[in-house]
Amino acid sequence: MKIHEYQAKRILEKFDVPVPRGETANTPEEAEQIYKRLGTDVVVVKAQIHAGGRGKGGGVKLARSAAEARDFAKAMLGMKLVTHQTGPEGKEVLKVLIEEGLPIKQELYIGVVIDRASECPVVMACSEGGVEIEEVAFRSPEKILKAYVDRAVGFLPFQARRLAYGIGLKGKEAQGCASFLLKLYKAFESCDASLAEINPLVVTKDERVIALDAKINFDDNALFRHKDFPVLRDLSEEEPLEIEASKYDLNYIKLDGEVGCMVNGAGLAMATMDLVKLAGSMPANFLDVGGTASVERVAAAFRILMSDPNVKAVLVNIFGGIVRCDRVAGGIIEAMKHVEVKVPVVTRLQGTNAAEARELLNQSDFPFLVAEGLAEAANKVVQSLK
Amino acid sequence: MSIFVNEHTKVLVQGITGSEGTFHAEQCMAYGTKIVGGVTPGKGGSAHLGVPVFDTVREGVKQTGADASIIFVPPPFAADAVMEAADAGIRFIVCITEGIPTLDMVKVKEYISQRECRMIGPNCPGVISPGKCKLGIMPGFVHMPGCVGVISRSGTLTYEAVQQITDVKLGQSTCIGIGGDPIVGTTFVDALQAFQYDDETKGVVLIGEIGGSAEEEAAQYIQAEFNKPVVAFIAGKTAPPGKRMGHAGAIIAGGKGTATEKEAALKAAGIEVCESPAEIGERMAKLLNG
Repeated sequence: MKIHEYQAKRILEKFDVPVPRGETANTPEEAEQIYKRLGTDVVVVKAQIHAGGRGKGGGVKLARSAAEARDFAKAMLGMKLVTHQTGPEGKEVLKVLIEEGLPIKQELYIGVVIDRASECPVVMACSEGGVEIEEVAFRSPEKILKAYVDRAVGFLPFQARRLAYGIGLKGKEAQGCASFLLKLYKAFESCDASLAEINPLVVTKDERVIALDAKINFDDNALFRHKDFPVLRDLSEEEPLEIEASKYDLNYIKLDGEVGCMVNGAGLAMATMDLVKLAGSMPANFLDVGGTASVERVAAAFRILMSDPNVKAVLVNIFGGIVRCDRVAGGIIEAMKHVEVKVPVVTRLQGTNAAEARELLNQSDFPFLVAEGLAEAANKVVQSLK
Repeated sequence: MSIFVNEHTKVLVQGITGSEGTFHAEQCMAYGTKIVGGVTPGKGGSAHLGVPVFDTVREGVKQTGADASIIFVPPPFAADAVMEAADAGIRFIVCITEGIPTLDMVKVKEYISQRECRMIGPNCPGVISPGKCKLGIMPGFVHMPGCVGVISRSGTLTYEAVQQITDVKLGQSTCIGIGGDPIVGTTFVDALQAFQYDDETKGVVLIGEIGGSAEEEAAQYIQAEFNKPVVAFIAGKTAPPGKRMGHAGAIIAGGKGTATEKEAALKAAGIEVCESPAEIGERMAKLLNG
């Protein structure tokens, strides 16, 4: 689960991680008031969307007066901000964060993630901040220092010091950075985060170390022990069809192709999408209907597929293991009575009672295109587009 | 032979009285797996599905001599269940549970690394040595005793591949669903090492997916040490970056973990990579039958 920068900073504050003073505004007038309250000559107006790269798209501005803060907020609120992460359609800005301006001396990078290969969290630090870290990783990987967290004892003070000195800090600045890293790690662990990224972390001219930006992603699997996190979810950042699908416990991700896919199991769903591409078209979505594929879920899945105007044909691929194929076929036939489906539907059911399932589908009123093999099914659905 | 589990494996079912546990324990028994008991805290002393239920794994092991366990405990309690089994001296633990927090798995990995046990999963279909022992939720009937080892990160896609291997009459020695999470008990490399020393296994099918670098590590290991034919398929060529494709582990993050990178690593290691998931069985047959 992703959250906004301002939400991440409020969480970090609870762990004593230094962040700039600031408040959020939903209107230009609020922005003007916040400028006055902050009391610094310069403030930063930052558009709150989940995507990164906001600065280049015009979503981060320095304001030197209350009027300027108001005008920037006015320009940003309601605008469709386009960055390299939003896609060409952009994301609408509904909130801006106004923060005190800081006398920046140096910009650094800090990140905490789970390293899958070494199966532990890793804390990363780099002397180059405020830039795309992937670029640095590609250009000069030696500049990104890593400290692997011991699974038994956690992230240790000496590791934090080694990172701070390692990226070239000295004296009070190094101490500040080490202390920052320990607090950030504490926040990462306590929140069950999957990512905590501070880019940039800044050292000010008066030797303070502060998180100028903050990004935190939560581990979805751990949300059950953080009852205060679900309210941080911003539905306006999500695809409406994906929200609808999640109500039925369907795992759906919208893509740009023409072939709607309905599959049981995530791996088989990806493999089915790949087959559609091999056959010469592109999948319109990823959709895992889960193991049971009941009438309600299949009907909901068809409704969601049909709400995507790009879908020109549907491929249903179900491997009936524990669940019997004839029962799934019955569910599909029943679902067609509840949902208007005007495009060709190719069905491929394999596993227990697959032959009986094919028979049922062939005899039903809906003109299913029934396939037996995996490649055959993909070819059939792509041909049906023509 | 087979790896990890065979006809002698004695199994405790953790969470046996729950609906999932009950259903799949019955299925495993029907397949011939020796289920010797179950564990549900608070229900010790009762019987379920004709086997005794214990309050603790330790008591279950003491009374039944079980050496393996399969876990159907809900996510908040699953990590604890794995560690309880490890502490009780269970040598082979299969965790079916989906949705365990990643940081819980970090602790589990540390805990089990200090003990003599192997863990499979979480978020996996389990392990089966066809005709001998089914320790999982896979449909038994698609399998056939034979010579191909299967290692996979997914569920139904594995059944698909297994069906193909059965259709070409090769059959399987052992099939291992290692699970779809970022951190798993047994990796591709761990499973390959076990297959390396199993005489019955003549070739291995490896089914990977986007996310992480487990397939690249497998490629390195195979090139350096593995001497049996390998056929691989990687799911997710059409998956966009930054989107979690169902499995917690199936996500292209920071431009890393793409299917293309994984395929390139596997091909460079001399492994047969299938473009289409429909050709896994045929390709294996061609390699083994010439």
